[in-house]
Amino acid sequence: MTAEAEPVPLVPLEYCGVREAEGPLVVVEGVEGVGFDEFATVRLTTGELRRGLVLEVHRDVAVVQVLQGTAGIDPATVTVAFEGRPFEIPVGEGWLGRVWNGMGEPLDGGPPMLSAVTRPVAGSPLNPTAREVPRDPILTGISVIDALTTLVRGQKLPVFSSAGLPHFELAAQIAAQANIAGEPFKVVVVAMGITHTDATAMRDALEPRAEAGELALFLDTADDPVVQRILAPRVALTVAEHLAFDLGHHVLVILADMTSYCEAVREVSAARGEVPGRRAYPGYLYSDLASLYERCGRIRGCAGSVTQVPVLTMPAADITHPVPDLTGYITEGQIVLSPDVHGSGVYPPVDVLGSLSRLMRKGVGEGRTRGDHLAIAAQLVAALARARQVRDLADLIGTTALTETDRQYLSFADTFSSVLVAQGTAESRSLEDTLARAWLVASELPRRELTMLSAADIAAYYSEDETDPASDPTAFDPAPSDPRTERSAADPVIETGERDVRA
Amino acid sequence: MTARTIQAHTVDEQTGSGRVVRVNGPLVEVEGLDKVAVLDVVEVGHAGLAAEVVSVRRGLVTAQVYEYTGGLRVGDPATGRGHPLSARLGPGLLGGIFDGLLRPLAGRPRWLTPGSLQQVGEARPWRFIPATSPGSDVGPGDILGTVPTPSGVDHRVLIPVGMTGRVEWVAGNDDVDEDAPVAVVDGRQVTLTELWPVRTGRPMRTRLELSEPLLTGQRVVDLLFPIAKGATAAVPGGFGTGKTVLLQQLVKWCEADVVVFVGCGERGNELADALADLGEIEDPRTGRSLLERTVVIANTSNMPVMAREASIYTGMTVAEFYRDMGYDVVLLADSTSRWAEALREFSSRSGELPAEEGYPAGLASALAAFYERAGRVTTLGGKEGSVTAIGAVSPPGGDMTEPVTAHTERFVRCLWSLDRDLAYARHYPAITWRRSFSRDAQVVGAWHASAGRPEWARARARAVALLAEADRLAPMVELVGLSALPGRERMVMLAGRLLREAVLQQSAQSANDATCTPAKQTALLELVLAVYDRCLALIDAGDRAGVVEEFDLSGVIRVRDEVGPDDAAGVERRRDEVLALLESQI
Repeated sequence: MTAEAEPVPLVPLEYCGVREAEGPLVVVEGVEGVGFDEFATVRLTTGELRRGLVLEVHRDVAVVQVLQGTAGIDPATVTVAFEGRPFEIPVGEGWLGRVWNGMGEPLDGGPPMLSAVTRPVAGSPLNPTAREVPRDPILTGISVIDALTTLVRGQKLPVFSSAGLPHFELAAQIAAQANIAGEPFKVVVVAMGITHTDATAMRDALEPRAEAGELALFLDTADDPVVQRILAPRVALTVAEHLAFDLGHHVLVILADMTSYCEAVREVSAARGEVPGRRAYPGYLYSDLASLYERCGRIRGCAGSVTQVPVLTMPAADITHPVPDLTGYITEGQIVLSPDVHGSGVYPPVDVLGSLSRLMRKGVGEGRTRGDHLAIAAQLVAALARARQVRDLADLIGTTALTETDRQYLSFADTFSSVLVAQGTAESRSLEDTLARAWLVASELPRRELTMLSAADIAAYYSEDETDPASDPTAFDPAPSDPRTERSAADPVIETGERDVRA
Repeated sequence: MTARTIQAHTVDEQTGSGRVVRVNGPLVEVEGLDKVAVLDVVEVGHAGLAAEVVSVRRGLVTAQVYEYTGGLRVGDPATGRGHPLSARLGPGLLGGIFDGLLRPLAGRPRWLTPGSLQQVGEARPWRFIPATSPGSDVGPGDILGTVPTPSGVDHRVLIPVGMTGRVEWVAGNDDVDEDAPVAVVDGRQVTLTELWPVRTGRPMRTRLELSEPLLTGQRVVDLLFPIAKGATAAVPGGFGTGKTVLLQQLVKWCEADVVVFVGCGERGNELADALADLGEIEDPRTGRSLLERTVVIANTSNMPVMAREASIYTGMTVAEFYRDMGYDVVLLADSTSRWAEALREFSSRSGELPAEEGYPAGLASALAAFYERAGRVTTLGGKEGSVTAIGAVSPPGGDMTEPVTAHTERFVRCLWSLDRDLAYARHYPAITWRRSFSRDAQVVGAWHASAGRPEWARARARAVALLAEADRLAPMVELVGLSALPGRERMVMLAGRLLREAVLQQSAQSANDATCTPAKQTALLELVLAVYDRCLALIDAGDRAGVVEEFDLSGVIRVRDEVGPDDAAGVERRRDEVLALLESQI
């Protein structure tokens, strides 16, 4: 309480008492005055420098996690210096328009990031009373997301996927298309443990955004040192927080693939001999993930916002696996991709019933999107749940034995998929187009089934022509002046065809 | 517990100093501290970070630190404070937002930095109105005076536990500083604030039987699984099942004098949302914002882990504090699973032998002890008060057999299980009638009967039976189709659907239906039962099940949203219209 902090030596001492080197860890003996979670530099005899973080100090012993791994480290010759401060990075707009590795070093041949302002990558918890409630949408131009699971500024909305599904394409499409009309919008993408092929594809898809100076891309590929992955999202979020809360930008952060991140956390935990929890992930995985996912939102008195779209692949498509499970408990909803929908040739293969945006109720509606948005979204999802039950029944007893209403639900589900969901990977739809499609789909059902819609909305948007899904949705478009809607009316059919050919 | 901890205390003194020898996350080991007991508070490092002693072994003190320990070094100082972790109780709690150690969050910087326990808000003066005079004999729990608050819930200043004697002096009707004395009893000073050890339940005179319901305004709770004042409930639900929205609905609409909401390891945005909502909604009884009768303890998931562990005890202590003033208090903890995880994280770091799924062996007893602090009581001062405890549970992977869910179920009187299938179908609140229970239904039925609704218990029983029957038939319908069933069974399916959609579903966003009085609840239930009875009669008169099923009953379903929260007459009018239409058109 009383004494001042002891002075930190200007030139850090280099210790050579490394006792053990194993996996990602080195254990150093004979140290003095080393702090927990401090930043360390490991020097090899070759002159190579590696970075590390102090995981534990116990009397004169420090356990250091080496971010580039311990391959090539000889305990007898290696030296470790402790910096007396946490790991910090420079922050500023210089990150934009460039490609970096997971530690923030340039991958594009350009100069390293320099700035007078630095921030510790661990961040600090945001005072809950300083938070502003997120209540404005970000449009992604993807109908199924904008209509049913609207992304809200300051939200964290993950994509849950399985192996073999086009989640990186979807993430790239969101990153490329997301915008807020008339306000500065930046995107930070951090790719963790992804293949070079996916990395290249993502880089190409985001080229226009990078050229416009709106994108900072952090690439940590599958062959990079595992432990570096623990740092990558923290570097990216530190950059994003500064852009948003100091410089006033709206920032979208894409974190892909979070499963690779969690595996890195597990690897370090196992190397330390910690008591394993579910599926051998450490018991603190929830807190660890929260320390990343909670770094988003809006702050009272700040113009900017940080919005996160983490992408993760569910091992063996198991949503109860700890990574999607803990993520789902922290994030505000989820967009689930389904192998079944993918199998039917529809892109994006979103499982609408399993998907949810918790902040949507505050982020849509009159003055934000449109007054009927929330009700039509809820009605479509509820009807789809009923349609799925009917489908199961029809599989057993055949469609002819169904009631008339049940048959209408079946045709509703088909129209839903072809008119609303199916979309091209480079196609961006306006909100008017998306909502017109939503009502076209709802109009497949008789009015008496639409119990979640108000009479006024039904009068305004319901289409009496129930039998012709190919009818022009612009007919009930409140803003038919938008030239995009005209063209896209015929798109879904063509798009579905194309995907069938490719499959 | 020693006698020392049962007393409220205002003393906070330094007892010896030592040195940090090990730092591993929130676990710190200290040497050289003498006169230190288990559960005592220790301050570590130059910033004086608050920590709590968990074990003392041959002079080596192990403590859990309530702050981020980055930068803490071997050799840093450690100081004992000579008392267990305590909450500072006094006026100014209502309407406030605090962290897990009951330090005010308002007024702290935007980005929270680690700090000491002494970081409390500014001591501000309060208007004190004495209720006793010099010369009177008082005992613990007696009212010394009141501090008026904007919420309409008067803050009652009580004689502290363990203090009996004659009032020698009492302050006049005046503004009094938070820490200044307001009275002298038997030579001892009484101040507006006191420190109470959070892990110790505040004493009461006797426990009382549960007798009346805690009305929540949520039909599925009040009608099917009612909870009595002073009882306990758990809300298990996987993510995306609407747990947080349900809890927020309870915070907003439950009929309590004071609500203590503990956001324990949950989302920051949600908390901001709940705070904004509470600030906007008007308390129907006082006309003031609901936030003013609420104490919020916020320890979001990115805030230090061990303070999360302390936060539910802090919340319970605050709830008991208001109970002792003679109020009905509701404590909501979201989520107790995050609290259990904090326990697990620490026990793993301290090398404790793990029991089920890595949780410490003491998990079940810790849960039981927490829920046991709820109850309806006669306070030391002879008033009636209650603490109703409602805890959310977040089972990993929706697995209801995991330790926290399985143990919690054993200790609570009500279980409101949230079901993922219902949530997928946007049936909210997604409380399933299959896996929920209430052990208070009989008591509540008797209360309704005495309140002039003798039909309540019978209607509830019919609804429960119809829902169960519809569930029994559902797999058969999935196999053979609805049209293959006999007419009466088809009507059961119809009644099940109407009960679900017209009665049990309730939208938190609806202006008319976010809350619902017992009168409208009963009317809605009676509406569905009346329609069902009429449909049965129609079927018996001639088998026209198909015709009845295609009949537009959306008016029955929409009425909950179309009439106000207390408009039972409106529901009854709709009932008469629908019955007349059924009569004339079929």
